[in-house]
Amino acid sequence: MIPLSWYVIVAVAMFCIGLFGALTRKNAVAILMSVELMLNAVNINLIAFWRYLYADPAADPTRALAFVAIVFVAAAAEVAVGLALIISAYRQRNTVVAEELDLMKG
Amino acid sequence: MAIETLIWLIPLPPLLAFFAIVLFTRQNRALSHWVALAGAGLAWLASMLIFFQVIGSEDLAKHPLATAINWLPTGKTWLQVGAAVDPLTAVTLFFVAWTVLMIFIYSIGYHNYGQPKGDHDHAGLPPHGAAAKEHGHRVTVMSVEPMYSRFFALISLFAFGMYTLVVSNNLLTLFIGWEIMGLCSYLLIGFWYARPSARDAAVKAFLTTRVGDVFMLLGLAALYKITGSLNYSDIFGSTTVLMQNSGILGMTWAGLIALLLFIGTMGKSAQFPLHVWLPDAMEGPTPVSAMIHAATMVSAGIYLALRFFPLAAMGWEPGMPLTATMTVMATIGSFTALFAATIALAQNDIKKVLAYSTISQLGYMIAALGVGAYVAAAFHLLTHAFFKALLFLGSGSVIHGMEHGVLHTGEHVDPQDMTQMGGLKSKMPVTFWTFLIGGLALSGFPLVTAGFWSKDEILSGAFNGGQWVVFITLAVSALLTAFYTMRQITLTFLGAPRSKAAEHATENKWVMTLPLVVLAVFAVSAGWVGIPKGFPLLGGILPDWFAEFVGQMVRTAPEGGGEGHGSIVPLITSLVVALGGLYLGWLTYRKFGRGQSDALEKPLGALYAWLRNKYYFDELYAMIFVKPARWVAETFSYQWIDRKLIDGFLNGVARIVWWLGERLRNGFDLPVINGAGDVTAEGTREMGHWMKGMQTGRVQQYMVVAISVVVVLIAFLIYRYSG
Repeated sequence: MIPLSWYVIVAVAMFCIGLFGALTRKNAVAILMSVELMLNAVNINLIAFWRYLYADPAADPTRALAFVAIVFVAAAAEVAVGLALIISAYRQRNTVVAEELDLMKG
Repeated sequence: MAIETLIWLIPLPPLLAFFAIVLFTRQNRALSHWVALAGAGLAWLASMLIFFQVIGSEDLAKHPLATAINWLPTGKTWLQVGAAVDPLTAVTLFFVAWTVLMIFIYSIGYHNYGQPKGDHDHAGLPPHGAAAKEHGHRVTVMSVEPMYSRFFALISLFAFGMYTLVVSNNLLTLFIGWEIMGLCSYLLIGFWYARPSARDAAVKAFLTTRVGDVFMLLGLAALYKITGSLNYSDIFGSTTVLMQNSGILGMTWAGLIALLLFIGTMGKSAQFPLHVWLPDAMEGPTPVSAMIHAATMVSAGIYLALRFFPLAAMGWEPGMPLTATMTVMATIGSFTALFAATIALAQNDIKKVLAYSTISQLGYMIAALGVGAYVAAAFHLLTHAFFKALLFLGSGSVIHGMEHGVLHTGEHVDPQDMTQMGGLKSKMPVTFWTFLIGGLALSGFPLVTAGFWSKDEILSGAFNGGQWVVFITLAVSALLTAFYTMRQITLTFLGAPRSKAAEHATENKWVMTLPLVVLAVFAVSAGWVGIPKGFPLLGGILPDWFAEFVGQMVRTAPEGGGEGHGSIVPLITSLVVALGGLYLGWLTYRKFGRGQSDALEKPLGALYAWLRNKYYFDELYAMIFVKPARWVAETFSYQWIDRKLIDGFLNGVARIVWWLGERLRNGFDLPVINGAGDVTAEGTREMGHWMKGMQTGRVQQYMVVAISVVVVLIAFLIYRYSG
C-alpha cells in the first residue's frame, strides 16, 4: 500500500504550486486556477488523513467526504463569482492582468 | 346744572385750551389766541357766576358750596377730592379770573400780533424787529413773537393750575395745581430759552421754589398721618389731635405743620431767604411777570398761608401772645417787607423794581397773618393782585413803547432801563395814567386807592395787636414803597426824555391799553369793599362787606374791621408815610438828567452798592450753595468718586481679568486644548499618509503579506508549543 507521506508530499507540492501561481501569475484567470489547485491540495490531504489515520473508515465513510464536498461547493461558488468578476472587469477595463486592476490603490 | 358742578368746571376750559393749542392750532396764531381767550373767558364767566351766587350767602364759611368724589380707595375709606367755594375761594377766584383774563388779552398785543415776521427772529429769542417801509422811509418795526402759540398754550396751562389750586377743597389737588404752576413758571421764565440768563433764571426759580415745596410736602404727609385726611374741613375739625405735642421743638402738631406749609409759602411767595428767584424771573415776557408775580403764583403762596392760618393760630385768641408759627411768620414777613423795599430803592430796571416791591408787599401779607390780621392779609392780597398786575402790565407797555423807539431810532439802549426813559407821560398817556393809579395804589395814596385801605388795615392790625416792632417795620417799608414808586414814576414818565428811544416811544394798541384801564378801575374800586366801619368820616357809608364776608373764615371776630380803629395812630402813620414817601420821591428825582448818577448814591455811600447788588445775596448763595454743589458734583462725585473710585475699580477689574485671560490663553488654551486637537488631527493625517503606502491595490501583494504573517504566526506557535 502506498504510504501516507506520498499523498502528503503530492498535496504539499500541489499547494506550493498553487501558492506560487497565485502569487506570481499576472493573469487573473490563472490566479483563479492556482487558488483551485490549493483548494484541491487540501482536499487530497483531507481524504488521505481520513483514510490512513482514522480507526475504522468503513464505519463512518462520509465524514471526510462531507468536508471535501463542502470545499468543492465553496470552490465552485468561488469560481463562478471570480469568473464573473473577471469578465466584468474585462468589459470595463479591457484587461485581465491583476496588476492593472489597481483601483483600490491608496 | 347745579352750581356745585360749575365749580368743577372752572379750571377745565384753560386746560382744554392748552391741549387744543398744543395739538391742533400751533401753526395758526389767531386761532391759538382765540382758543386761549375762549378758555380764559369761560373760566372767568364761571368764576363770576359763582362769585355772585355766593356773595350774599350768610354762612358760606360754615356751609361752603362743595362737591367731592371718591378718588383713591385707602383701606376701608376713600381719599376724596373735590371742589369747594368758601369766602376765601370766592374772593381769590374773583381777582384771579379778572387778572388772568386781562393778562391774556394784553399778551396778544405784547407779542405783536398782526406785525410782520422778523427778519432775523429765532424761536427762543425775543423778536428783533422787521424791516418795513413807512411813508417812503425804511424803518424797523416790531415783529411778531416766533413762539406765539406756545406762549398761549403755556399761560393757559398756568391758568389751569391756578384755578385748580383755588377751587380745591383739599390739600392734594391744591398741591397738584401748585406744582403745575411751578412747572409753567419754569417754562415761561425760560420762554426765551436761547438766552443763557433766561435759562439760568428758570432753573433758579424752579430749584428755589422746590426747596419750599419739599417742606410743604413734609407738612402734607404729617397732616395726613395725623388727621387721616387732606380735606380742609376735616383738618380744621381735628383740633384735639392737632393740639397734641409733636415732640419737635416743643411745638404742637398744628404749629409744626403750619410752619412746614409756611416754608412752602416762602418758596412760592418769594419770602426771605427764598426770595432770590423772583427778581430773576423777570427774564420772562412781561405778561408772564404779571401772571406769576401778581395775579397767580405768588398769590397762591399767600392763599395757602391764609388757608392754613387756622392751623398756625390754633389755640390763639386775639390779645394773647402769638404762637411760635405766627411769630415766625410775623418776623419773616415784616423783615422781607423792609428788606425788599430797600433793594427796590436802588434798581434801575423798571421790572426789577416791581419785582422787589412784590416781594415786599407779599411780606406785608405774611406779616399781617403773623399778627393775626387775617382779613387785612386777604384784603391786601386782593388789592395787590389788581394793582400789581396793573403795574406789571404798565411796565410791559412802557417797555414795549420803548422797544418801538429803540427799533425806530436804532439806538442801543436797554428798553427796561429807567434812567434812559423820562417824559413818557405825553408819549404814552393811557399807560401813564393807569401806571400812576397803580403806583399810587401800591404806595397807599389815601382814600381813593385800594392799596390805602388794605395797607391801612394791616398797619392797624399790627398796631392794635400790640406788635410794635412789626408795626414800625411795616410803616418804614410803606414809606420806602411810596418813595421808590414815586421814583419809578418820576424817572419813567416825568421830566424830559433822556434818550432818543424815549423820544420816539409810542402808545400801544388798544389790546394792551384796555386791560390797563380795566385793572386801573379795580385798583381804585377794590378798596371800597373793605372800608372799616370805624373809619373817621367815611366809615359806614359803604358797608364793610369784605371784613364780614371773609371774616367768616376765622372763628374770632376780625380785628381792625368790625371793631373799628382802636387808635388814630395807624391811620395817621399810613397817611404820613404814603404822602411823605411820594413827595420825597418826587422831590429827589424830578430833576434827574441824562447821564446823571442816582441822587441816593452819594448820601448812602457803601450802603448804596449793597442795595444795588441786592445785599449780595445771589453771590452769597452762589458761595454757600451753588459752589459747594458744583464742587460736590464736579470734583467730588465726578472726578473722585466716578472717575477715580468707580472707574478705577472697574478698570482694575478689567485689567485683572485681561491678565488672567491672557495667562489662560497662553498657558492652557493654546498649548493644551488647541494642541491636543491639532495633534490628533495631525497624527491621524500622518498615520493615513504612512499607511497609504501599503494600499497598493495589488491583491497579490496583499496575499504575500497575509501569507507571510501566517507563516510567521505558525512559526511562532510551533516554537511556542513544541518546545
